[in-house]
Amino acid sequence: MEVALRVLAGLGAGLLVALLALPLAALFLKVRPETLLAKLSDPVVAAALRLSLETALLSTLIVCALGLPLAYLLATRSFPGKRVVEVLVELPMVLPPTVAGFALLLAFGRAGLLGRQLDALGLHLPFTTLGVIVAQVFMAAPFFISPAAAGFASVDRRYLDIASTLRASEPYSFFRVMLPLSLPSLMAGATMSCARALGEFGATITFAGNMSGRTQTMPLAVYMALESDLDGAVVLAIVLVSISVALLLSLRHLHAGFLWRSGDAPRRTS
Amino acid sequence: MKGIFAGCALLAVCLAWTQAAQAAPAPDRSATTTGGKTTLTVLAAASLSEAFQELGRNFESSHPGVEVVFNFAGSQQLATQIEHGAAADLYAAADERWMGYVKRHGLLEGVPSVFARNSLVVIMPGSNPARLDRLQDLARKGVKLVLAARAVPLGAYSRESLRRISSTAGFDSGFADRALKNLVSEEESAKQVVAKVQLGEADAGFVYRSDVTASQAKRVKVLAIPEGGNVLATYPVALLKGAPNAGAAREFLFLLLTPEWQRALQAHGFLPAATAGD
Repeated sequence: MEVALRVLAGLGAGLLVALLALPLAALFLKVRPETLLAKLSDPVVAAALRLSLETALLSTLIVCALGLPLAYLLATRSFPGKRVVEVLVELPMVLPPTVAGFALLLAFGRAGLLGRQLDALGLHLPFTTLGVIVAQVFMAAPFFISPAAAGFASVDRRYLDIASTLRASEPYSFFRVMLPLSLPSLMAGATMSCARALGEFGATITFAGNMSGRTQTMPLAVYMALESDLDGAVVLAIVLVSISVALLLSLRHLHAGFLWRSGDAPRRTS
Repeated sequence: MKGIFAGCALLAVCLAWTQAAQAAPAPDRSATTTGGKTTLTVLAAASLSEAFQELGRNFESSHPGVEVVFNFAGSQQLATQIEHGAAADLYAAADERWMGYVKRHGLLEGVPSVFARNSLVVIMPGSNPARLDRLQDLARKGVKLVLAARAVPLGAYSRESLRRISSTAGFDSGFADRALKNLVSEEESAKQVVAKVQLGEADAGFVYRSDVTASQAKRVKVLAIPEGGNVLATYPVALLKGAPNAGAAREFLFLLLTPEWQRALQAHGFLPAATAGD
């Protein structure tokens, strides 16, 4: 009985790993090195790569800057409507991205809810790079805020209490106690949200459209290339996969590094 | 824990509801064909959606026992699907290019036949935010123009049309280039171009005449393209190699060219297959 269970579990796990690994292997087997190099210097590919890196980095910075205070509030305060805010923050994780893009259009599009106000400010989101960033921030924010809030919440209250008995102000103890202790969670969140921004497709193409050099990020370029230039699509896909793998690896590395360095500092007790 | 149960219960209710909704219109059909139902799978260009759905219903009612399943997508996506082994009976494309692509890969059974044609129009949001009065205004600086991507049949037709318009009377030769400078997005299908215009985000877009359906006509304004500037889109259809249901597929092919089905296509804004010249 126990043996059968073990075999079954092993088989199930192996099947899933194969399902995850084989498509990636197929991608890499499909391309010849010379096409890889030739396609990388293709101006459309280069433009997509550049736009993707720029927008993903910028939206990650925005997510971190705006998400940090929100995560702190969610972790340390209770206020009316907190539950609603928590659900709002997590919603983009489960929302189909095209729905998100459509909703963004209805809110911030030219004919949308805030269209006139944005226009008065000279802000145009659909069909602009700014729109790409807004779509990415919308989709990537939960990937930072949730782990950041969890990180803040897991900091041992006693350190903060000690800080306050020493008459440390809240900002002071935030920067000297809270932030250093939850740094691993924050870094993990930032990396995940950057990876999510980089892979964003549905919300971007719906909200910001598809224009090489302006709104055509890597995932959009892959999708468009699939229809006319399979070689190009494979090369773009490989680049995208490689960047994502590098991000995930760096995340593991970072985490391991932090654990090692903070090995002597008690991180959580409860 | 309670939340999980509530969530599961909600999902179960939704599932039951969708099944009930699906079952509702079915009984008259399933009653006559218990068991032994065959499926006719048609891969058709997205622009054929409304027209083919109606024709599919006609076919099902005249051929009890056959269920017509459509896969509507860009002709270019369908061609890729066929190339990678999609099991289907018929392929109806929105241009000769992608039909030729499938043919070159040796995936056709027999010769494609043209069953419909289409022309292009320019549509604008009902509110006409860029205040476009005539086609010439498309080249005005700052107009937000949306086209289908080049790989999409409509995208190729639209660019060809712009080029032709440039050399008709009343337009200068730089018209196409200036209009293309106003391009803000290359959409993946005709329907996406319609959506961007209908939502009021784009000032104008090139679409098929058949895309301006009765319900769309209330929401968008149409700018006609002069005779010499228009492009005649050609819709070929062909039986695919290894079609699982070749018999029903041949029947569908035959019906497409009958006067009755041709009239139905024209009611959806298509032009007759036999339109002379181009």
